[in-house]
Amino acid sequence: MRPALRIDVSLWLGAALVAMLLAAAAISFVWTPYPPAAIDIAHKLASPSPAHWFGTDSLGRDVASQLLAGSRISILVGVVAVGIGLVFGIAFGLAAALAKGFVEDAIMKGCDFVFAFPALLSAIMLTSTYGPGVVNAIIAIGVYNVPVIAKLTRATGNGVLGREYALAARAAGRGPLSIALDHVLPNIAPALIVQATIQFAIAILAEAALSYLGLGAQPPQASWGRMLSEAQNVLFNAPMLAVYPGVAIAVSVLGLNLLGDGLRDALDPKLKSRG
Amino acid sequence: MLLYLLQRLSVLAATLVAASMIVFAVMNILPGNAAETMLGPTATPEAVAALSHKLGLDQPVYLRYAHWIGGALHGDFGVSYAYGSPIAPLIASSLSVSAPLAIMAMALAAFIALAAGVYAADRRRRPGDAIVMVASQVGLAVPNFWLAILLVIVFAVTLRLAPAGGFPGWEQPMRALQALILPAVALGVVQAAILTRVTRSALLEALNEDFMRTARSKGVSRRAALWRHALPNALVPVLTIMGLQFANLIAGAIVVENVFVLPGIGRLMLQSISNRDTLVVENSVMLVAIIVIGLNFVVDVACAAIDPRLRNPVA
Amino acid sequence: MLLEVVSLAIDIAAERGAERVVNGVTFSIDDGGSLGVVGESGSGKTMTALALMGLSPESARVTGSIRFEGKELVGLDEDSMRLLRGDRIAMIFQEPMTALNPLHRVGRQVAEPLILHRRMARSAAFERAVKLLEHVRLADPERAARAYPFALSGGERQRAMIAMAIGCSPRLVIADEPTTALDVTVQARILELIDGLRAESGMALLLVSHDLAVIAGHCDRVIVMYAGVIMESGPVDSILRDSRNPYTRALLEARPQPGAARGARLKAIPGSPPIHHEIGAGCPFAGRCELTIDVCRTIPPPEIAFGPDRHSRCHRAHEVGRTA
Repeated sequence: MRPALRIDVSLWLGAALVAMLLAAAAISFVWTPYPPAAIDIAHKLASPSPAHWFGTDSLGRDVASQLLAGSRISILVGVVAVGIGLVFGIAFGLAAALAKGFVEDAIMKGCDFVFAFPALLSAIMLTSTYGPGVVNAIIAIGVYNVPVIAKLTRATGNGVLGREYALAARAAGRGPLSIALDHVLPNIAPALIVQATIQFAIAILAEAALSYLGLGAQPPQASWGRMLSEAQNVLFNAPMLAVYPGVAIAVSVLGLNLLGDGLRDALDPKLKSRG
Repeated sequence: MLLYLLQRLSVLAATLVAASMIVFAVMNILPGNAAETMLGPTATPEAVAALSHKLGLDQPVYLRYAHWIGGALHGDFGVSYAYGSPIAPLIASSLSVSAPLAIMAMALAAFIALAAGVYAADRRRRPGDAIVMVASQVGLAVPNFWLAILLVIVFAVTLRLAPAGGFPGWEQPMRALQALILPAVALGVVQAAILTRVTRSALLEALNEDFMRTARSKGVSRRAALWRHALPNALVPVLTIMGLQFANLIAGAIVVENVFVLPGIGRLMLQSISNRDTLVVENSVMLVAIIVIGLNFVVDVACAAIDPRLRNPVA
Repeated sequence: MLLEVVSLAIDIAAERGAERVVNGVTFSIDDGGSLGVVGESGSGKTMTALALMGLSPESARVTGSIRFEGKELVGLDEDSMRLLRGDRIAMIFQEPMTALNPLHRVGRQVAEPLILHRRMARSAAFERAVKLLEHVRLADPERAARAYPFALSGGERQRAMIAMAIGCSPRLVIADEPTTALDVTVQARILELIDGLRAESGMALLLVSHDLAVIAGHCDRVIVMYAGVIMESGPVDSILRDSRNPYTRALLEARPQPGAARGARLKAIPGSPPIHHEIGAGCPFAGRCELTIDVCRTIPPPEIAFGPDRHSRCHRAHEVGRTA
């Protein structure tokens, strides 16, 4: 009985945390306690109070508002980067599974390459050539997502295409592409959904790291990563400023990971036994 | 084994060549003149042209590539635009900080992962397992640079036990190592979370295999069966993941170095980006790629040493 | 009496509650004797074998008595049990492909019980392992010992497993479907090998199989299991010739008959073996059995003796065979 209970907790807790994240972003479009970028030097480094729930940073900006607004960037980067990964990853993966031979090998080797260049490294390359910004960050992170999805798609694709019903369909004259769409996609859907949530979490972490380094979202866009970088300058005076954005990141990532785990257990009971 | 090694070496060489081409391509062929970037938007066309000529940017692509590779093989990586000095020593000295850091972090992560992974697999479905799983979930969610900052808050600001950053240089080895401890912990803990889960699941799979029952039927104790029979079988997937994770470890090191103001590869890269010193960036990125690819090669060979099926194509 | 099993019962914890997979099994094996255990999948035969080794899964609760060389094994502490395994009792498993550790050389695996129980040094044990591999008639035993399992064929791996089992000259060898996963041509040789080894060393054999022919050729006595219960037991020849149990009869009749006309249909047993929680109060074979009457469904059948060593568990045992 206990394992089943743990699985449910994972799913519900994860879903709740992710919902909080999405809610924060949604709310921030409509209302924040203060404009996130509003500078108020007179009230800088204020302690938490009814006026400023989490206090203010070194430029007097309201921390709570920045936290809310920062969720927007995290979600934007996550969604687009994962989207890039899914679109191109499925395309490449299917191409590899269908074409086989040299094409398949080439695509797989390409995947292995990209693994050697983590998102951060490619972001550094891109930003040093084109300058920093959210777009470059998204591209770098998205590119890193592609091989993971591609490998997954190809592996399942190979498995499905080798099965009897696929061969039967071929014998009946159906083209490989339509077989792939009909059979492969539904089969990988659960695994892809799970992978997508995990990639989302990774994207949020990567975006935070890039913003921390100054290579991601630029001011006045609020970003949790950049909040951490700014907080570092006043670490000895106001250490709590470094805690809030980190908690926001950690909670969001934790929620997505739990959701991914919970979905995996819910969608594929075979994997349950692995605990 | 020898044949396998030779095969892998040739693949390694090919991979390195291809990687160098890709790095070169991204930094040089795509639109965006390096000279323009270096001089900034205020530069006059004449200045850009002059610098382009000086850097050899007006030469054909394949010549520039050959020049780069040729120079690199001689240990000549060119000259830094920002510092005006040869790049090779710059990279070497930054490596002397980053490499030990990465190794310490990986060693710490491997140690924790082995202990926790074995502990959790052994106590499956009991509280011990749950604790490890929860801890690793939290470890996965925490950004390593945030953990670094937290460590600084606790150990440097509050407890005043360790320096908040900086690196005294290897002339004083003990103090140098001390400076690397907190950064290694920040990096290693997150890696440990990932590796613990992999170790645990690989071990659980191995424990489920038929040969475990055979071993027990011979009179092997549960403990001995876990360590001598199951664990070697779990090592291959774990080692593979460790290799794949190394790239992420290096990426993490770049950020963590920033927190602790360590003069490593990360710092070199970031400063070069803000200095628009593209040549340095290009070379350091290539170096990281070489390290990662080389390490994966070592991992492959190690896995083949453990699992005989990997080095013999099964008919 | 080398092995005496009395009222062995095994309950497996499952989501629906405990399932009784072995229900009151009683049998014994003489020193040097041989007993076959026949049954379909799910009959509890493998669980019984594992219980003898103390290797039941963690979710299993074993009750009853298993006396081996006079020592009670049920409830025995793990350390004492460990001393017996591989030394006094050994087991041969069904799937030689997966039953050997892919990362250890074959010789090392064969030597392992020698190192554990005879405290032999590594090199001495390895040499002895080579001799054992020769004894089980592996071609080029030196090469086989130094090889890894993946390099051997199925039959060779099974021979290696046998070598592993007999290394310490156990008194009892349990063979769980030792030939099921092998080619037909190899099966007979492996069984012959086991016979030969038994003749040499006088070790007893418990042979578990779903295949009556295998049991018939290599065991003196047999027990027929169905849904965790022994339906019939006794000397193999007499049961084959003149079974007193409808289930055994059905099994025998389900085999292709050599003299049957071409195109004659195989006689299958209607229905399928019961899922554990579906078994009612009476005989587990009730409903599928041709001779079912009302009492079969409600009252567990008694064990009826047809001789000092011949039993059939059936309400209508006396009528079986008369109507055939």
